[in-house]
Amino acid sequence: MAEYQNVFNRVQVRGPAHDGVALPRGSFTRVGKPYFSYWLGRIGDAQIGPIYLGWAGVASLIFGFVAIEIIGLNMMASVNWSPIEFIRQLPWLALEPPAAKYGVSIPPLAEGGWWLMAGFFLTTSILLWWWRTYRRARALGMGTHAAWAFASAIFLYLSIGFIQPLLVGSWSASVPFGIFPHLDWTAAFSIRYGNLYYNPFHALCIAFLYGSAVLFAMHGATILAVGRFGGEREVEQVIDRGTAGERAALFWRWTMGFNATMESIHRWAWWFAVLVPLTGGIGILLSGTVVDNWYLWGIEHGIVPGYPEATTVPVDPTAQ
Amino acid sequence: MKSVLWVVGIFAAAFVVMVAMAGWDRPPIDITQGGYRGLAMEHVVNPRREALVKAQNQLPEPFDPVEPGGPPATEIYTNIPVLADLSQEQFDRLMLGITQWVSPEQGCAYCHDEEKLEADTKYTKPVSARMLQMTAHINKEWKNHVGETGVTCYTCHRGKPVPDGIWFTDPGPPAAKGAAGNKFGHNVPTPDNGSTSLPYDPFTTFLKVDDKPIRIIPTKALPPTPGAGATIRHTEESYSLMMHISGALGVNCTYCHNSRSFFAWDQSTPQRTTAWHGINLVRELNTKFMEPLTSTFPANRLGPTGDVAKVSCATCHQGVAKPLYGAPMLAQYPELDAAK
Repeated sequence: MAEYQNVFNRVQVRGPAHDGVALPRGSFTRVGKPYFSYWLGRIGDAQIGPIYLGWAGVASLIFGFVAIEIIGLNMMASVNWSPIEFIRQLPWLALEPPAAKYGVSIPPLAEGGWWLMAGFFLTTSILLWWWRTYRRARALGMGTHAAWAFASAIFLYLSIGFIQPLLVGSWSASVPFGIFPHLDWTAAFSIRYGNLYYNPFHALCIAFLYGSAVLFAMHGATILAVGRFGGEREVEQVIDRGTAGERAALFWRWTMGFNATMESIHRWAWWFAVLVPLTGGIGILLSGTVVDNWYLWGIEHGIVPGYPEATTVPVDPTAQ
Repeated sequence: MKSVLWVVGIFAAAFVVMVAMAGWDRPPIDITQGGYRGLAMEHVVNPRREALVKAQNQLPEPFDPVEPGGPPATEIYTNIPVLADLSQEQFDRLMLGITQWVSPEQGCAYCHDEEKLEADTKYTKPVSARMLQMTAHINKEWKNHVGETGVTCYTCHRGKPVPDGIWFTDPGPPAAKGAAGNKFGHNVPTPDNGSTSLPYDPFTTFLKVDDKPIRIIPTKALPPTPGAGATIRHTEESYSLMMHISGALGVNCTYCHNSRSFFAWDQSTPQRTTAWHGINLVRELNTKFMEPLTSTFPANRLGPTGDVAKVSCATCHQGVAKPLYGAPMLAQYPELDAAK
């Protein structure tokens, strides 16, 4: 009998193209005639489309397109409309936030107004896409877990780009739209606030991030390992634990003394993932508002280790 | 689907090209530990590149020293605004030295009217007189940066009339006119900003003024009011200047700083104090010596915005933590200490 394993062999599960369940009255129609992709079938379902956009999806794409246009054309203008320089320098280019002197007022277009506008269109696009994930889940009679996880990521995005700059009173504190520029901004943000390493919410954020990766690996490994006993039927095993669920549970109880259940492991993973941007966003919002220098805050709270004193320690020349 | 394979292939090829062009140093790399264990306070050196840099930093053969005494230069020559207290022999020796260090190909005629040596016909003569005063000033007033090693003309010039590592105000690459594409002085990779998106001209911001603060990290844990203190843009400017210093000296951040707290002096190395004096030195050289010479230079020696060539850390250091690896060249030319 042929064995079905994604990536590793040629067997693909493929039925006739399926349009999906009937849509409620008043919905948009689905877009695109479904077709099959052999290569995508190797890593997932081979059927591509149809996609349901709805008004929120259409509006989101339009707003997103406008945002990308504003960003891209500003990048293009910054290299004097040269397509070659645009491609050559693309990783360095950005649409920059306004100068500090404008505070949180609306600056002229050339002085950061385009940045504010791009931020508005991008944020609207993201929020519309969020509404879409919420509505699609509801339309399918599902829970809205994906939408709320997405909302957590949006919270971090807004904390960095909008709320923290608002709290410290300057758009200039916000992030440029660009590849290297936003990374340089990240490094500068940490240096400005005395090293984010000592920010406990930053620490939590990293713990949940790495924890998510570990949980993901553990769970994926467990289910693949009990696949031969029907372990991939996870939802059924939640309420009707079969030998796959028993073995998976026993495996972890034997190796580390404790096991999650078929139900709880998904809550573990969901919360770990959701807490990454949630704690990260809190860490950002506290910087510059409540704490100005995380290293000194860390010294006050005993989380900065001391080292043996060096033989020569310089003294600030301005303090002499 | 063929098109999917194409897309994957193009991205994979682009990735391979990017990785291949990222400027790697192949091992072995020499690492010297400079701080307490686990802090990564290390000096990292590529021995193959180091050999090349060392070869570029050899001192020229010194001229035979002359005995003090003898007739003073002022008795023989006229129009010598500097070096007036040298003997004629010392004066001649120094002139030979300067020719070797500054204009070995162009010879004496680079500065002097060969028909009339004392004439100020060429702009280079008054400029070199001022540069001799600058050299003496550095050696006398800036021992906290140059120590007893001092500087000579060769520290910067290295056989070139215009030294490497000078800077002009950078008006930036051409950008479209109109309301779009304002870079705010960012997003142009240069050797000075370490090929990052940080500001591309930290020099104009910091090195031709006396008062622009470089320190941006708060010295108190809690903010006086939310949003008080340096902006992120200001932070990026200081960051860019630090990248320049790092490149100019061929060292990492950790040569001076413990990266867990860049601002804390009690975590830093003694080199940070030397660097601090160095920044002030460069600021003074630019405001007191270089900028007043702007009108002396011909237009073709000025920068794109009409400003005079100015000094950065790289002008002396040229990629080495101690210029010329700390060779005491000034000791061979005590005359340079004498110019007033």
